[in-house]
Amino acid sequence: MRRFLPDKTTGRPAVRALWRALPAALLLAAVLFLCAGCHGSRGLPEFAVPEAADESRTFELTFWAKNDTNKSQTAIYQKAIEEFEALYPNVHVNLRLYTDYGKIYNDVITNIATNTTPNICITYPDHIATYRTGTNVVAPLDGLLADERYGLGGSQLRFEGAGKDGIRPEFLSECYLDGQLFAVPFMRSTEACYINQDFVEALGYEVPDVLTWDFIWEVAEAAAERDADGVYRLNGQKVMFPFIYKSTDNMMIQMLRQLDAGYSTADGEIRIFNDTTRRLLKEIAGHVKARAFSTFSITGYPANFLNAGQCVFAVDSTAGSTWMGSDAPLLDISEDKLVRFRTAVRPVPQADPEHPQMISQGPSICLFNKADPQEVLWSWLFTQYLLSNSVQTAYAETEGYVPVTVPAREDPQYLDYLSRAGEDNNEHYSVKIEATQLLLDHTADTFVTPVYNGSASLRDAAGQMIENVTKSVRRQETVDDAYLDKLFSDVTALYRLDSHGGVSAGGKADLGPLPRTAVLLLAALALAWAGIGCWYLHEKRREKRGA
Amino acid sequence: MKKIIAIALSVLMVLSLFGCQKKPAETEADTKGEGVMTYDEYAALEVKEDNQPAVVIETYVQAKQSWWDDKATLYTQDKDGAYFLYNIPCTKELYDKLVPGQKIKVTGYKSVWSGEAEVVDANIELEDGNYVAPAQDVTALLGTEDLVKKQNQFVSFKGMTVEAYDETGAAFAYKNPTEKSDDLYFKVSKDGKTLDCCVEFYLTGQDTDVYKAVENLKVGDKVDLEGFLYWYEGANPHITSVTPAK
Repeated sequence: MRRFLPDKTTGRPAVRALWRALPAALLLAAVLFLCAGCHGSRGLPEFAVPEAADESRTFELTFWAKNDTNKSQTAIYQKAIEEFEALYPNVHVNLRLYTDYGKIYNDVITNIATNTTPNICITYPDHIATYRTGTNVVAPLDGLLADERYGLGGSQLRFEGAGKDGIRPEFLSECYLDGQLFAVPFMRSTEACYINQDFVEALGYEVPDVLTWDFIWEVAEAAAERDADGVYRLNGQKVMFPFIYKSTDNMMIQMLRQLDAGYSTADGEIRIFNDTTRRLLKEIAGHVKARAFSTFSITGYPANFLNAGQCVFAVDSTAGSTWMGSDAPLLDISEDKLVRFRTAVRPVPQADPEHPQMISQGPSICLFNKADPQEVLWSWLFTQYLLSNSVQTAYAETEGYVPVTVPAREDPQYLDYLSRAGEDNNEHYSVKIEATQLLLDHTADTFVTPVYNGSASLRDAAGQMIENVTKSVRRQETVDDAYLDKLFSDVTALYRLDSHGGVSAGGKADLGPLPRTAVLLLAALALAWAGIGCWYLHEKRREKRGA
Repeated sequence: MKKIIAIALSVLMVLSLFGCQKKPAETEADTKGEGVMTYDEYAALEVKEDNQPAVVIETYVQAKQSWWDDKATLYTQDKDGAYFLYNIPCTKELYDKLVPGQKIKVTGYKSVWSGEAEVVDANIELEDGNYVAPAQDVTALLGTEDLVKKQNQFVSFKGMTVEAYDETGAAFAYKNPTEKSDDLYFKVSKDGKTLDCCVEFYLTGQDTDVYKAVENLKVGDKVDLEGFLYWYEGANPHITSVTPAK
């Protein structure tokens, strides 16, 4: 079976396609905003919460969502829509599903130009920052959230929503951009380290409650020992990647955060090119040279190597937990390659185990502004329905996600689900529930990086540096200060970090010469306007003659 | 005598015409430039945890999977074996010239991703030459260790039976079942040996015959398949043709 990974990272080629799509999407975004500039920056009017939801009219809403090619998740969305439509018969919600966030992002960018954005969209705050570069494209939610009738815990709701202050503040705070709320969290996950406990113990170590980077590197290097025939002593195979990291951008971001080193400021000042980054990359290079470390992008899915007994430490999203371990309900390797081992689940390695810090990730929901504010209001009501207990807990249970609302996290049925870890290898698969519990226990230890227009590019650059260093070491290149100087310069240029990711906060692009297609597009627009002008003058002249 | 001279001249002329004729494509495909490795040399290169070997190959484009952001993914092959080029820097102008059969020189690195040998971070140069590989019937190799030696080649599997893809009993599965805008997966077997197949959306999208053919498959159908022998934790060919078994 082919693997379909949940969360921000998806199966090949999608994940690599996303990687390569982002710069182009930024270019596209730039062109669109330039085009918007041609029209005098006219956009939609600023959204204002209507007096009341209009039930005398019918509304068709479009909801773009992402599922993990997981039929249960699709069913949950569909059930939520049916239930909502039963409560509000004048509303019809059209669901469009995607299998990766990159495609949603690209489609939204494309549809902003034609004002055909969806009403409701599952997305990431980094992406919303780019959507917002247009005028009033994304609806601010502060007024809706606080509205006494239709806000959280509002008097006019026909269902039990999240309730006032019902969204976990750590997760809600991630959705503020420039002091305004532009999304609500839908699901949250973090990363976990999935460990072959048998291997660790065979090397003479015990798995600690909180892993440190020093521990990981020491054990990984011990696991990399080979005999004269190139066979790894630990697994008796010729293949072993002791430590594989799925998302190297998260790896770099978390390492820097744990060391209190620079990444970026809230308003987009880039601080990642510092001495700590330099030191970390040199350390990583050393571990690659010792055959102790590799990445998903270079090697393959961590879960496949873990399950084949070819990996000791596999770091992946908690939302990828159903692929991890000998009894995982989802497997991508054949039975004959699968080995049996005990799987331990721990937070990502830490610099200071007394004060663990881990990234918070997961999808959020944003609403697009429309000429008719009633559409936005009804979209908001549907969004709130997605925050109700039944949707939150059902969706969270499909993978290692956690609900974002307090009532859902305290729901007796959900607590019962958590208490039944290991009862079976599907719904109550122990590794999945342990990964979920990890985030529930460490919610207060999570953090997010600043979101601004261009923050997605910086995130990519952070991971790219680890990928490049890893590749270079494997190609026998020297990773020294000169190499790192060039690397910093290269990723700055590649991700346009010297211009806030290519699109400035002010909404104007600074991407160098326009691509040919953009020039043609703009020329066509100019011609069209010229044609309209000529026609207008011609008509005026005819009128005069007629008069 | 005149007759003999006339016949001799005619024979000579015919023979000289044959001599002027372009060499068969297969012969051209064997010719390697200076510093270029043969397929056997390429295949013998081991990608290790701490060593990713540099490669210089000459090969022929067989199919193009995608181009995006000045990077191309290509199925290529010479007479001796195949090379999958993943995400290779390539301008749109160059990509447009990469028609099936076009000879190219590729300088990059060999990589292995989940079992798939591929060339990455490479440079492509156009060269003179043309070769389109015929589909090689590898049905007999199914389930054997020799199948991997045909990795990435344009191959065929004959007389396969469509199996239920999953527990629902469906003959195939969409990667994106709601929008049907992504890969298709299905499973076939012969003599108790199964093969997981993929219709790679970037290579053959929903408007192609193969995509539609797979959407119409029924469990138990007997089919002949053609495609590129991609590898993902085992054989996982990117199927380009599905026809009723002959």
